[in-house]
Amino acid sequence: MKDSTMVHNANQIALFFATYPHDEAVTGVANHFSKYWERRMRDQIQQYVAEGGSGLHGLVLEALERLRTAA
Amino acid sequence: MALMQETDYGTPARVAQTLVTLEIDGKAVTVPAGTSVMRAAVEAGVSVPKLCATDSLEAFGSCRLCLVEIDGRRGTPASCTTLAEPGMKVRTSSPKLHRLRKGVMELYISDHPLDCLTCGANGNCELQTMAGVVGLREVRYGYEGENHFKNPGKKDESNPYFSFEPAKCIVCSRCVRACEEVQGTFALTIQGRGFQSKVSPGGKDFLSSECVSCGACVQACPTATLIEKSVLEKGQGEHSVVTTCAYCGVGCSFKAEMQGGEVVRMVPYKDGKANHGHSCVKGRFAWGYTTHKDRIYKPMIRQKITDPWQEVSWDEAINYAASEFKRIQAEHGRDSIGGIVSSRCTNEEGYLVQKMIRAAFGNNNTDTCARVCHSPTGYGLSNTFGTSAGTQDFDSVEGADVIMVIGANPTDAHPVFASHMKRRLREGARLIVIDPRQIDLVRSAHISADYHLPLRPGSNVAMINAFGHTIVTEGLVNEEFVKERCDVAEFERWRNFIVAERNSPEAMEPFTGVPAADVRAAARLYAKGPNSTIYYGLGVTEHSQGSTMVIGMANIAMLTGNIGRRGVGVNPMRGQNNVQGSCDMGAFPHEFSGYRHVSNDSVRELFEKDWGVPLQAEPGLRIANMIDAAIDGTFKGLYVQGEDIVQSDPNTQHMTAGLSAMECIVVQDLFLNETASFAHVFLPGSTFLEKDGTFINAERRLGMVRRAVAPASGLADWEITMRLSTALGYPMHYNHPSEIMDEVARLTPTFAGVSYKKLDELGSLQWPCNDKAPEGTPIMHVGSFVRGKGRFMLTEFVPTEERVTRRFPLILTTGRILTQYNVGAQTARTGNNVWHPEDLLEIHPLDAEDRGIKDGDLVSLTSRAGETSLKARVSERMQPGVVYTTFHHMFTGANVVTTEFSDWATGCPEYKVTAVQVTPARKLSVWQRQYLDARKQTTRVATNAVASK
Repeated sequence: MKDSTMVHNANQIALFFATYPHDEAVTGVANHFSKYWERRMRDQIQQYVAEGGSGLHGLVLEALERLRTAA
Repeated sequence: MALMQETDYGTPARVAQTLVTLEIDGKAVTVPAGTSVMRAAVEAGVSVPKLCATDSLEAFGSCRLCLVEIDGRRGTPASCTTLAEPGMKVRTSSPKLHRLRKGVMELYISDHPLDCLTCGANGNCELQTMAGVVGLREVRYGYEGENHFKNPGKKDESNPYFSFEPAKCIVCSRCVRACEEVQGTFALTIQGRGFQSKVSPGGKDFLSSECVSCGACVQACPTATLIEKSVLEKGQGEHSVVTTCAYCGVGCSFKAEMQGGEVVRMVPYKDGKANHGHSCVKGRFAWGYTTHKDRIYKPMIRQKITDPWQEVSWDEAINYAASEFKRIQAEHGRDSIGGIVSSRCTNEEGYLVQKMIRAAFGNNNTDTCARVCHSPTGYGLSNTFGTSAGTQDFDSVEGADVIMVIGANPTDAHPVFASHMKRRLREGARLIVIDPRQIDLVRSAHISADYHLPLRPGSNVAMINAFGHTIVTEGLVNEEFVKERCDVAEFERWRNFIVAERNSPEAMEPFTGVPAADVRAAARLYAKGPNSTIYYGLGVTEHSQGSTMVIGMANIAMLTGNIGRRGVGVNPMRGQNNVQGSCDMGAFPHEFSGYRHVSNDSVRELFEKDWGVPLQAEPGLRIANMIDAAIDGTFKGLYVQGEDIVQSDPNTQHMTAGLSAMECIVVQDLFLNETASFAHVFLPGSTFLEKDGTFINAERRLGMVRRAVAPASGLADWEITMRLSTALGYPMHYNHPSEIMDEVARLTPTFAGVSYKKLDELGSLQWPCNDKAPEGTPIMHVGSFVRGKGRFMLTEFVPTEERVTRRFPLILTTGRILTQYNVGAQTARTGNNVWHPEDLLEIHPLDAEDRGIKDGDLVSLTSRAGETSLKARVSERMQPGVVYTTFHHMFTGANVVTTEFSDWATGCPEYKVTAVQVTPARKLSVWQRQYLDARKQTTRVATNAVASK
């Protein structure tokens, strides 16, 4: 997947949950990645974050951090 | 099985709490109040002669053949228009009645050509039958003088499927009434008086009239006046097979009337609970594709897509496919292949495909076409209500006071249910239409929407939030329902969100383009019902906020207490015949049958134990992600059952680039579809007439699909999948699809009570079907939600990033038309092409004039994804700034233009919002020219092929 598409898709998820209280929103985004994103996609976005994560919504970054920690 | 002749009760059934007992020919019979004497007689086992009466239509009382005698009443009243009364004593037979009926028949026959032996209705003519019933032996009046058949007017053969021969018309008006009462189109009338009176499709021929070719008039005709051309050509059927239509999500029951192994005609089945004996032009007539010359009957393989196809044996094709998949997995890893479950095949076939992918491929890379249509429905309704399906049965609409249609065009896409809905609207139900286009439902015969809210594409969530805001701030909340049935904490949070000024109709008006006052008025109407129901389609789901919108609709249904009883609910109009079923069967990459996530250990262990293999706990790839991964080089093989992703999915160039990057694509289909152009193995599939199984329609109804003819390629689709799985090293052994359904029932709580035996007994049933609901569940969430408490969710409006610009100043939205179906694989190979031979671009007169475009001009349609050319249709159905087309014909390339933007939750493409420019064109687009060249190359079949089954 193109990085730009991936960033767009991930940020869309964040925008849905952004209305919720912060911790709930982070959990929502993290759960969404776990439940619906295939391993290659999760690896790609984690790699993207490792390389700077440019353009990703804050909730996405926090959710991915939470997933990394849990792994 | 013999030819099935359903009992005709003469007048419709009545439902009433009060029962009436009367006596007919000495037999006591009890019927609901309001039942006609004619129907009561049939209930008592007495058939009263009739011509103008049939039980799909209200009594008309014109033929005077159904006269009876009633004690204490003068004269001989017509039994069809006389209602049963308590204690009534009726005689259906007496010398006087015989004399009267014979006289009536004598008049009818004196006005009818006596060509019975060569008539198309011979053997199935009610006039002929009634002449026999009344004992007509002579016609004293001769055939001189005025009549209907000497100068009847020209036979109308304009319709591709039926003919109209006025000479044979007895002017019973059944066809006119069927068009009005059953179909709701009002295309027919009786023109002229006396012997000049004749049925007329508005003074035109049938083809150019408003007739929608549903077939109701043909079915109602008691003679050969309106008759199927297939019957004229082949004669009457000799046996019937009751089955389920393979077109849209209404799932109509049909009788396939057969002569041996050949279909003579498809007749809607009166006992079908989804259609109640009605049909549309597709299911009734457009079955010619099943024997079309384009069908492929032999398996084929090729090493490169530029090679011609080689016909091979089944074993060779299956073994080649299996060896390629195994090779790819050995070289590129377990997750480098996947498959697509057809939403046109049966549940049993879909179940087997996802099982093969999970068990034999060893991954969860399975998806289905619901990905590109109603996947947001699954997400939205499961998160709010607890289950991924609509809440009502179709009959529920009969109890609706307010019907809200959002982003759906039922008269085109779900025509049989649309007729049902229109009947309720004619009875007085109020109508709200939320759609950018002025769909037919907004204003048609005897129907006028109370509110048409022509919102801008992409603003659905703004609209539904404005509804929620209005209902809450104007004190229209059903507080009792919310308190008892919903999660109150979630509701309070939602209430605080929705009352914010940014969600008001006034604040949303700049986004929706709809005056706030209209939105408020419509919201009030919906909230006050008292029974309000929502029907929605792809105009809801195919957006970047598709799932959010589904949640938003669920929110307002809970808010107003419009859930859990007849006449209310949230109802997705599912697109393909079995798209609900394919989802139910576990076609999505993240869940097993019954919508249980693959990461759920106890569920996975259940399947592992039954299937005898370890299963993956990680979600697999969705279709679009498979294509992305193919372009990235990590996905190399695909099995596609009955789906044409090249034509149906967005951004064609991206799709074909992905497919071109794969090493083995196996397509199982009836035809060399567009996806087959990129395939290496072709496995010839079977039509719905060639196999047993079940489909599940939009109301969760399992309908039986019954084999009427043998599979033309030698194998039904489920047998092909079994063979492929076995060749892959995961043997499958089922003797009949019923055994597959038994496995589904064993492993899926919502299907626990389903069996072919029960389906045969009940005709059809709606899941959940289990110990709690042994005969199924017509209406869901009665008393409590499946998830327990209903969950309100926050639905912030987020405008799509697909915005109009100076370069692309118009919004393209795509959709469907009545006579074509999906990618046209079936309907474009039938007579339906007479109505829609090509896709057209609908454009508002102002936009057309600005660009110097006239109706019928070739225009270029360009987006940031691509360019295609098609003809323009200038239409005021569009609002300025919005253009519309369909995707039924590949050559049009509608999806060359659509983009990869998609729903945030499910990846459902945003087909409904593409920024485009439209300009006059002189020639076809580059893509179209390249497509024609490539298609010629990729569909070649070697002439020296050696074929064997």
